[in-house]
Amino acid sequence: MRWACVLLPQLALDAVLRGRADSAAALALVSGSPQRRVLRAVNAAARALGLRPGQSLSAAQALSRDFALVEYDQAQVERCQRFLAAWGYRFSSQVSLDYPRVLLLEIESSLGLFGPWPRFEARLREELTSLGFRHRIVAAPNPLAARILANAHDGLAVASPEALREALGRMPIERVGLAGEVASALARMGLRRLRQVLALPREALARRFPAEVLGHLDSLLGQRPLALEFYAPPDEFDQRIELNYEVESHQALLFPLRRLTADLAAFLAGRDSGVQRFSLHLEHAEGAASRVAVGLLSAEREPAMLFELARGRLEQQQVVAPVRGLRLSARDLPRFVPEHRQLFDQRPQQALPWEQLRERLRARLGDDAVHGLCARADHRPECAWQPTEASRPTVASGGPPRPGWLLHQPQALGESTPRILAGPERIESGWWDGGDVRRDYYLIEMRGGQRAWAYRPAGASGPWLLHGWFA
Amino acid sequence: MGAVVALDALLDQRRVWKGRPTSQPASAQPTGHAALDALLPTGGWPAAALSEILYAADGCGELRLLWPTLARLTASGERVALVAPPHLPYPPAWQAAGVDLRRLALIAASGREALWAAEQCLRSGSCGAVLCWLPQADDRALRRLQVAAETGQTLAFAYRPLTAARNPSPAALRLAVDACPAQLRVLKCRGGLPPAAPLSLAGLG
Repeated sequence: MRWACVLLPQLALDAVLRGRADSAAALALVSGSPQRRVLRAVNAAARALGLRPGQSLSAAQALSRDFALVEYDQAQVERCQRFLAAWGYRFSSQVSLDYPRVLLLEIESSLGLFGPWPRFEARLREELTSLGFRHRIVAAPNPLAARILANAHDGLAVASPEALREALGRMPIERVGLAGEVASALARMGLRRLRQVLALPREALARRFPAEVLGHLDSLLGQRPLALEFYAPPDEFDQRIELNYEVESHQALLFPLRRLTADLAAFLAGRDSGVQRFSLHLEHAEGAASRVAVGLLSAEREPAMLFELARGRLEQQQVVAPVRGLRLSARDLPRFVPEHRQLFDQRPQQALPWEQLRERLRARLGDDAVHGLCARADHRPECAWQPTEASRPTVASGGPPRPGWLLHQPQALGESTPRILAGPERIESGWWDGGDVRRDYYLIEMRGGQRAWAYRPAGASGPWLLHGWFA
Repeated sequence: MGAVVALDALLDQRRVWKGRPTSQPASAQPTGHAALDALLPTGGWPAAALSEILYAADGCGELRLLWPTLARLTASGERVALVAPPHLPYPPAWQAAGVDLRRLALIAASGREALWAAEQCLRSGSCGAVLCWLPQADDRALRRLQVAAETGQTLAFAYRPLTAARNPSPAALRLAVDACPAQLRVLKCRGGLPPAAPLSLAGLG
């Protein structure tokens, strides 16, 4: 078995930075009691200003004031780590979060699918970079060795036990995961490298040090199995990005929205499911969050499409109050059935299946903007149609000609004496549902040469009402 | 230079080359009206291009012109999108014309949204034909539609008022439908000279 260790050296910082559009600006995470605020992590731009982790906030502010401050949020870091585990679950069925800021993946059984390790590793790196996480990746024959080697290496791949012993032997003794006092005791004995410790007789080590030391060394070399707890993906997606400024326009919400939908797509791909309904919550400083529901007619998981749909819905929504946070939650995750495509499709490149096109149109124009047309067996013209898609083909019934256009509301006819080409045709129906009509319809020709369908109330010579055009 | 040279002699000596009209490939999209097909250079609608129908007023036969095409497309399972129709398509009449209503999609939109929707439908390539009603559309909007129709390999029909006939247009085919007298004029057709004589609408049925 082989294991890959993905070490995330600045997870807390990345978790904040990826939610911000200006990742190059100086940023520092602070924690501690209100009396003694301490910098927990700083990014490269802040480091250039002279800020260091461990500095007190007042000392940092004495150096510079041009950096943003964000509260260090342990819960957010854990959420981020769980999200990364969900991402890693796409590549391996055994993903462990046992160590902080570390993702351990079992890779031996995934190599068949994701190619030889260099290609697999390149893919992991590419996806992590696009998700916005700094990382170091090391592969080794056992999980603990991978974790320890990641302390000092990036991109190292160790295959055989001999090579592993060699690589571990070069590690300095303080960085191999031994307890602090053990490491310093070994260093005081003049043992600087692990190689020197491994060369010692086991009995001597067992006599001088607690039993855990030998156990740790055995696990490192893969001579003792290590019990790890594996990640099990959750059943629903819920993630939020806190904005550390107040947003009052849609435009500024698009960047965090793109992040959230991309995360959702990554999560769905890991579960091999799609999403049919999800909701966006715009959290305000005060008052209840406003909710934007996004519904699709079929399960989808294309990131660009999810973003575009969510954006369409969001842009219709009024931002009633400044937004402080954006949350995306999806509970309903049905199975994803990829659309069936022909290998030799004649349609051009930008082709979009009708279902996706319909979603796109509905997202921008409104839910009711796109509809079908269906005939109803009713003599009243206004009742003879329905805005739904017909389920079965309907056959045309013979009879007098009908106009191609029906006006939504009958209008008064401008002319008083039009030329009558056919009629009258009496339509009298609807006494049972309150929409009683008694009309005499005529096919008339207007002065301009147009043909129209107009009626007068039955038996009366009242004004003409225009109801359709023979177009 | 003053000498008069007989044209026949020149042609016989092969000093003047006489171009022959190249025959256009027959269109795969006949209009369904034999008289109109005969007038058009490709014998049908220009495929994957925008056709403009400029009509004088509602009710002068502008739908009858397209019904045979729509009936043929819907019968073969293609979808037809109507973007921003001015009135409601009355099902009995459309069925009587042979249009399969299940293949019809109505898209309610107005102004610029209608243009956007029509372009999306055309680009997607998932429709057999897209009909849109554009009371106000400028040259650039039509060009976008024309490009979208080419991209999506879709028949595009734009209904516009007859007053727009004065302005130039990038459409491949421009038809004007007059109400009085009821006649059809070809204003422009790609790949040939527009025929001078109008076509009586009564003959189209």
